[in-house]
Amino acid sequence: MNVEIAAMQVFSGISLFTILVLMALGLSIVFGLMGVINMAHGEVMALGAYVTYYTARFFGAYLPSLMGAYVFFGIALAFLVTFAFGYLLERSFIRFLYARPLDTLLATWGLSLVLQQAYRSGFGAQEVSVPMTSWLTGAWEPIAGIQLPLNRLFIIWLTLLVSGGVYLILYRTRWGLRIRAVTQNRAMSGAVGIDTGRVDAMSFALGCGLAGIAGSAFTMIGSTNPLTGQLYIVDAFIVVVFGGVQSLLGTFASGFVIASSQSFLEFLLSGSMAKVSILLAVITVLYFRPTGLFTSKVRQ
Amino acid sequence: MARMNRRRFLITGGKLAAAGALTYSGLSPRIGRAADTVKVGILHSLSGTIAIAEAAIVDAERLAIDEINAQGGVLGRRIEPIIEDGASDWPTFAEKARKLLVRDKVAVVFGCYTSASRKSVLPVFEQNKGLLYYPTYYEGQEISKNCIYTAQEATQSVIAAIEWLAANKGKSFFLVGSDYIYPRTCNKIAKPTIARVGGRTLGEEYAPLGHTEFSSIINKIKAAKPDCIYSTVVGGSNVAFYKQLNAAGLSGAKQTLLSTVVSENEIDGIGRDNAVGYYACMGYFQSQKSATNDRFVKAIKAKYGQERVVGDPMECGYTGVHFWRLAAEKAKSFAVEKVVAASSNLELDAPEGKIKLHASNHHTWKHARIGVARADGQFDIVHESPLIEPNPYPKL
Amino acid sequence: MPRLLARNAEAVGYVVLAVILLVAFPLGLDPFRLNLVSKYLAFAFVAVGVVLSWGYGGILSLGQGIFFGLGGYFMAMFLKLEASAPELPDFMVWSSTEVLPWWWEPYHHLWFTLLSVVLVPCAVAFPLAYAPFKKRLGGVYFAIVTLALALTAMVMLVGQQGYTGGANGITDFRSLLGWDITTDRAKLFLYLGEVVLLFAVMGAATFVLRSRLGKILVAIRDSEDRVRFSGYDTALFKAFAFTTGAVFASLGGALYSVQVGLITPTLVGVVASVEMVIYAAVGGRTSVVGAVYGALLVGFARSVISENLATLWLFFVGGLFMFVVLVMPNGLAGLPAQLASRRRRAEAPTRLPVDA
Repeated sequence: MNVEIAAMQVFSGISLFTILVLMALGLSIVFGLMGVINMAHGEVMALGAYVTYYTARFFGAYLPSLMGAYVFFGIALAFLVTFAFGYLLERSFIRFLYARPLDTLLATWGLSLVLQQAYRSGFGAQEVSVPMTSWLTGAWEPIAGIQLPLNRLFIIWLTLLVSGGVYLILYRTRWGLRIRAVTQNRAMSGAVGIDTGRVDAMSFALGCGLAGIAGSAFTMIGSTNPLTGQLYIVDAFIVVVFGGVQSLLGTFASGFVIASSQSFLEFLLSGSMAKVSILLAVITVLYFRPTGLFTSKVRQ
Repeated sequence: MARMNRRRFLITGGKLAAAGALTYSGLSPRIGRAADTVKVGILHSLSGTIAIAEAAIVDAERLAIDEINAQGGVLGRRIEPIIEDGASDWPTFAEKARKLLVRDKVAVVFGCYTSASRKSVLPVFEQNKGLLYYPTYYEGQEISKNCIYTAQEATQSVIAAIEWLAANKGKSFFLVGSDYIYPRTCNKIAKPTIARVGGRTLGEEYAPLGHTEFSSIINKIKAAKPDCIYSTVVGGSNVAFYKQLNAAGLSGAKQTLLSTVVSENEIDGIGRDNAVGYYACMGYFQSQKSATNDRFVKAIKAKYGQERVVGDPMECGYTGVHFWRLAAEKAKSFAVEKVVAASSNLELDAPEGKIKLHASNHHTWKHARIGVARADGQFDIVHESPLIEPNPYPKL
Repeated sequence: MPRLLARNAEAVGYVVLAVILLVAFPLGLDPFRLNLVSKYLAFAFVAVGVVLSWGYGGILSLGQGIFFGLGGYFMAMFLKLEASAPELPDFMVWSSTEVLPWWWEPYHHLWFTLLSVVLVPCAVAFPLAYAPFKKRLGGVYFAIVTLALALTAMVMLVGQQGYTGGANGITDFRSLLGWDITTDRAKLFLYLGEVVLLFAVMGAATFVLRSRLGKILVAIRDSEDRVRFSGYDTALFKAFAFTTGAVFASLGGALYSVQVGLITPTLVGVVASVEMVIYAAVGGRTSVVGAVYGALLVGFARSVISENLATLWLFFVGGLFMFVVLVMPNGLAGLPAQLASRRRRAEAPTRLPVDA
């Protein structure tokens, strides 16, 4: 194996890392900070992907001159739609289940099935895929022989931006302060006058909005169909649990460990066996370190 | 009582049934109706992951049934289709097949797409003495006396494709497929063929079904620098695969890639831009020029909308219904063993050209055609073989 | 009246179930429908196991498909070897597996097959549950880890085509010890055998739950710390409940292979595994007999809906999950009590007890 190929494989690993992080970031807020097991998280991603797809269709039909910029509108719209969806979902459904985490799991699983069928009836069963704008097509060639796909570079950039944004929201705004306060001690936060119900709704909506952005990014390298969400959901949970549920930093670390070992193993083994080895390795580690890689000290 | 009579009618041959209809029509209108129609089953996935491919086949089969009914039916009986949903789930396929054969007592079933679904229903057909027309290219390694295969088995496309690539595009190959039986069998046939034409196999990779992350495989391809990629990646994975190949600089203009699974129907999902310049080997392409094909394509568009495209499995589904009609008329009976016996060497002027069923192995003599994808999602046909004898158990 | 019914619901449920399964179905249903009931009943075994481990042990496993698959595949291996003897199973021939793998060899024998249907799930389930519970791992972790395991098992089965039949699974069985199992008559006998075994399993489950062990399980579910402080090894009890549930699931899988005539990786995967929980949830997670009704009802609903309005199935089953969890957390079996308590609540408002 020559140096160029090795470099490109490392790049594949980094790209996979950013994809896993995007996928898991929303979940680590919903599941990690709030303790809600949202099995419909994958379907929220699919919703984001569909929004992006229809934005692209709209631009293609009515604003062909702005087609080069549709990506940004698509992502923003995907965030807004899934954010609103998340807010409504929390207020109308999730909040009745806070005391019963395992029941939430089953109820949101049911919701995911309903959404899958709704997408199939509404958007059709076929595979859809957004057209790539010219500046995202092809590859960047820093050195002859090394081609780095532009759409993957874009997703890396997007992930950096989104993670930075999440950090700012959680650690540099009053709203983030409230979210963290409610996570650590709900009763006390309520007592000092924080509207915990509202904070819950906003956090859940934020988690869903991030899922929407993730879906929007995926459809640029892969494709979307009504069952897309199911493909990602277990992986997303694994990343969050492996990282340590209440730690955003852990999500990053575990995304990195899983992505790099996966792209390494994929080069040596067949795809299925690489996947099996990763899952078994993660489960084994969780066995000895059930709280994941990183644990923050919070009250249970 | 009425039930018993009706059941007996469906089992007896056409002539008897017609006579029966006359005798009993005065007694019960239901019996009369049952006797001048013949029930057939259509068993494909209308929901679940495979539905996208199979729903189009159902459309083509229903078109053929409508055509036959418009011309007076088969042996004087109108065809009454009973459509069941296999839901992309193999046990459900078996359950529905049993329902069609045991409860509905259909004369024939047109159905299945994946090998897994066919494998799950075949025991049901063998036990209940049913008859299945299977419309999808598949891996071979099978001859069931209760099944007629109207699409290519693997040797009919793989060998022709490899020989053409080696003669026209270069002799080093990289094999990529999804991880299940069809791709593995195709590659089992491809490898000795590559060796026979003096080529080399540089790599063989399988991605899990539904996989969407192909960057590792693409890097392996880049490291191997093959003249040709032979792909048997199936389903939704193809969208990600083609897209990522393009992004990595291996577009159709720069790299030869041939697939034996991507027909016009799949291109619609993959996105036309992503598929341009890649090759496919099929028994049928929509762009074929013939009076029969023009009529067929026009009928599909008239019935289901102008934007519809037609791919190989749709054509094979359509052809299957017509093969059955011809066989039943030749046998003058709907009885399975008589229809099967009459199918031997049966010829048909199909949209893909004049084809015929094999004398004994239940498969079809087919042309192999190689096309290159255009920007409009259709294929330019660059090669057409003479009729190839089906050989489901090749000696390699 | 509802209160009276609530008290005797379990007993009434048993009697009615016996009449339905042993008299009404065999006499009233045609062979096709009866065979479908056999399929639903295979899932009823899993559901009874879920009642034990989830309803009483408080352990939600989203990987019951693994145990269902263990039983199913072991039985399928035996039946496939018998069907293809003296040659190799057909899928091995296509996948260029030239000699029978050593671990297939013992499945020429029925006794070994049956033994592994019971013992292998024990060997897998017990350590799988005991170690994390010993470390006081929460229920949520366990649910997600079992979910990941179900995915792993499915990917592995699909990937190892030469040994497992891959995505196609193992199909085409014809006889059991030379007895043709494809005839209607054979299927009727198999059905009756399955019903008898189901009642045995239900009896065993009820026996366990009525014993001291069952009381400890309930105590653990409601307050694990207190039980632990009283000197019990709670992990051991929870692992026992889980293991029993796994064995029941495996029995169900073995019967499924015999009755349906095939086993596929989809039955092991995530979707099937989660669906197995809904049977128990619909019937009532704390009612052994309710779980069987749940499996029958959901099974019938699936067949009827998919025969008539295929697209509605996911809406139905998804809605069912949401409805049952939100509105009737104790399922059908809990309905009389729920109604009774609603009436009581009308008189003096008290909260409906809900099990986590």
